[in-house]
Amino acid sequence: MFEFLTQPWPWYVAGPLIGLTVPLLLLSGGKMFGVSANLRHICASCNIGNVEFFNYDWKSAGRWNLTFLVGSVLGGLLGGVVFANPEPIQLAASTISDLQELGLTNFEGFVPAELFSWSALGTGTGLLVLVVGGFLVGFGARYAGGCTSGHAISGLSDLQLGSLIAVIGFFIGGLLMTYLLYPIILS
Amino acid sequence: MKFSEYLKFLIYGTLFGFVLMKSEVVSWFRIQEMFRFDSFHMYGVIGTAVLVGIISIQIIKRSNVKGPDGNPITIPPKDPSQVKRYILGGSVFGLGWALLGACPGPMFALLGSGVSVILVPILAAIAGTYTYGALRTKLPH
Repeated sequence: MFEFLTQPWPWYVAGPLIGLTVPLLLLSGGKMFGVSANLRHICASCNIGNVEFFNYDWKSAGRWNLTFLVGSVLGGLLGGVVFANPEPIQLAASTISDLQELGLTNFEGFVPAELFSWSALGTGTGLLVLVVGGFLVGFGARYAGGCTSGHAISGLSDLQLGSLIAVIGFFIGGLLMTYLLYPIILS
Repeated sequence: MKFSEYLKFLIYGTLFGFVLMKSEVVSWFRIQEMFRFDSFHMYGVIGTAVLVGIISIQIIKRSNVKGPDGNPITIPPKDPSQVKRYILGGSVFGLGWALLGACPGPMFALLGSGVSVILVPILAAIAGTYTYGALRTKLPH
């Protein structure tokens, strides 16, 4: 059992489990699985400047979801520390060689140490990845009306055309960043 | 909300965060691998999640199961006419997803796993959400 909890799970185990979040939340009273809505609830809880988009009863709309969010932090602690996988992630060799060409050398952990550290914030590249990256995720998720969970999982599960268009958008932006912009950022 | 309700959502969230870690979808490297089409892993995770989601929603819709409050479960549809917001908003999100290598769920799971500097992108994402809210009426939807 301990071994199962510490080793990485293949896609055919993890994917269906993530998918089960959709019916679990729906059966809890029609709640739609979507993590980025919490970013809006957080803005609504301290609505500086009285922006209309954040004028709603965030407590009745979002308490369940914010509680879910706190849970996912705990899940990160359990999965990433208590039952941490001692082995490095088995990445595709072609990805590693591509990233080495871009100058990355450290492939340990979940995030590249060169970009994800407090000292990296002092570099232009670190600032761009952490601040601009985070900003675009928050801005884009609300603009699109959902993120990976809300559109790619919940929306596609409900066969919503809008969500399919949003997921196509995710890939337009993602491919543009990976192939055109990231090589410039890391050079 | 009752205490038992809070506990329930806390447990669901914990399980979700745990699976995000075990499936390694929280990994910046896995996102790079996905956008480079070098591995089936991420597509397998998202694909089977959607498959289970589709089957579950069809069962829930067809069986008319009721929620805990006794009302039938309804899912608000997304407005498919707002093509601009999905394409433009989706593309902005995609730029951020590939740059940061994490979407909102993984950002919070990574925080729990001890990547403390992820607090910076979390605050930046809140600022991004706030900026969208403030500019919303000026943006094409």
